[in-house]
Amino acid sequence: MDSYSHQEMMAISAGRLIRDGDILFAGTGISMLATTVAKRIHAPAAVVFFETGGIDPSLEELPLAVADPRVMSGTCLNSGLIDAFSIVGHRRLHTVAFLGAAQIDRFGNINSTCIGPYEKPSIRFSGSGGACDAGCLAAEVIIFMQHEKRRFVETPDYLTSPGWVKGGDSRKRAGLPRGGPIAVVSNLGIMKFNANSREMFLAEYFPGITPERIAEHTGFPIDISGAIESVPPTLEELRILREEIDPQKLILK
Amino acid sequence: MNQKAVSADKFMTPAEAVSRFIPNGAQIALGGFTINRNPMALIHEIIRQNVRDLHVVCHSHGQGLDLLIGAGCVGRLEIAYGGNGRFAPTCVRFRKAIEQGKILWEDYSNYQMSLRFLAGALGIPFIPTKSGLGTDLLRREGFPREIRTQRKVAPRKCVLLQNPFLEKEDDPVVLLPALTPDVALIHSQQVGEDGTVKIRGLTFADLEQAKSADAVIVTCEEVVPRSHIRSDPDHNSLPPFLIDAVVPIPFGAHPTACFFYYDYDAQHLNHYRKMAEDDQRFREYLAQWVYGVKTHNEYLDRVGGARLADIRADSVLGYRKGLERR
Repeated sequence: MDSYSHQEMMAISAGRLIRDGDILFAGTGISMLATTVAKRIHAPAAVVFFETGGIDPSLEELPLAVADPRVMSGTCLNSGLIDAFSIVGHRRLHTVAFLGAAQIDRFGNINSTCIGPYEKPSIRFSGSGGACDAGCLAAEVIIFMQHEKRRFVETPDYLTSPGWVKGGDSRKRAGLPRGGPIAVVSNLGIMKFNANSREMFLAEYFPGITPERIAEHTGFPIDISGAIESVPPTLEELRILREEIDPQKLILK
Repeated sequence: MNQKAVSADKFMTPAEAVSRFIPNGAQIALGGFTINRNPMALIHEIIRQNVRDLHVVCHSHGQGLDLLIGAGCVGRLEIAYGGNGRFAPTCVRFRKAIEQGKILWEDYSNYQMSLRFLAGALGIPFIPTKSGLGTDLLRREGFPREIRTQRKVAPRKCVLLQNPFLEKEDDPVVLLPALTPDVALIHSQQVGEDGTVKIRGLTFADLEQAKSADAVIVTCEEVVPRSHIRSDPDHNSLPPFLIDAVVPIPFGAHPTACFFYYDYDAQHLNHYRKMAEDDQRFREYLAQWVYGVKTHNEYLDRVGGARLADIRADSVLGYRKGLERR
């Protein structure tokens, strides 16, 4: 087996969660790798679109921002933000949104706004962008995280985008009848959410990582009892990722 | 004759447009998105004219907003996202201004800000959405109470309401206040001699922003004959009578991209991020690229013909194929 990076493992693992025909709300960075690798391997009918309004671009080159002119080229349709969000929340569509964040809690609520008090933050991030909208409106959400104790926390400093809110049926009661996160893909493994309590549990640990190490890097108690080792990337997955999707190494480190 | 040509006095320079439409304290809507179609020529001119206390309203903005904040022109900001994609995941001067408490800010989401412009465009006072439920975007207000009584500032950030059409079950929605900015700043590819505006590629929320504003300034890469812009009206974006100032200005969005005209200038954006990280170096950037030039043409001379040729868009793809972007 060829060696591979955590970043490649994350992109390929997240890509495997995509089903053929899904409508994918992608950001840039690792979600762009995940969606394009899935499209080339097992989900050719999946469609990538961007919150800026670019729908199904040809993506001959990787976009470096959601407003990159590469998300407008070879599309079926170029529109705007309101059109894009009408697709994210469309009741007929199975939309899957990919989000990243600075902090996450056990119910998959995420923070991409600030660290410290909102009025006087020690670190300010970009803010919601479309993350809040996708978290509220998409049929499913997949979240990318760096796995550190200060990022997997009991209480995020700001709640930018809702996950399962306070667990159980609290998301529905908050007024969001559909959606919610289905998985968190970190550099150590894949977390999913219990169907009743909606609490995060460890589903898979990446080869070379132990479940115990993941628990140590998580700032809240996490059930690791049912976790299995992930299938490593295949040579074909790695080749497509490195040679076809990101040959310029714009995202891959 | 169903439409007179737009009066010649609507065509003007960036300096004239800024001095006529953007006084101190104006509420301005910035068109474009992160690294695309930012109205940069106008932004440079706003900084040169030292307009202060601007109230900026936008969804996701990057280069233009960051420069305005860094130059001290912005007092208040309502925003969803301050970033330049891979070139600055969080815009540097935006981040510093908030961390140092130099501006007042209010966070919304992209969809929320777009809907607020739409409400302004439709002439309705507020608009409902499901976006924001269960989040701190609803619970935390950034603007202090004392500015909420001022002109063009909503008395409340948002309101949670039960769906009034349902009687027996709970169905909460978020009401967002409409935006009616003083002026919208839009960069487009073409404007006809009659004032018709054509934007190519994604329109973001530019059309809603323009329709919500009391005045609209459009900068454009090219002015084309009336007969030309009316030969393809299905792809036109805004009618002449909504436009108050037309500013012809090639490469007017540099270093951000303009679909089918030029790509973003990756080297310039990377250089900017490094300069913005340090206060002294940021002042040097402003001195070289903004204060040190009198017009956008002088600015383009500094960028250099070779660089401008290098980012020229491919006429089929709309961007520069194979551009060095690291």
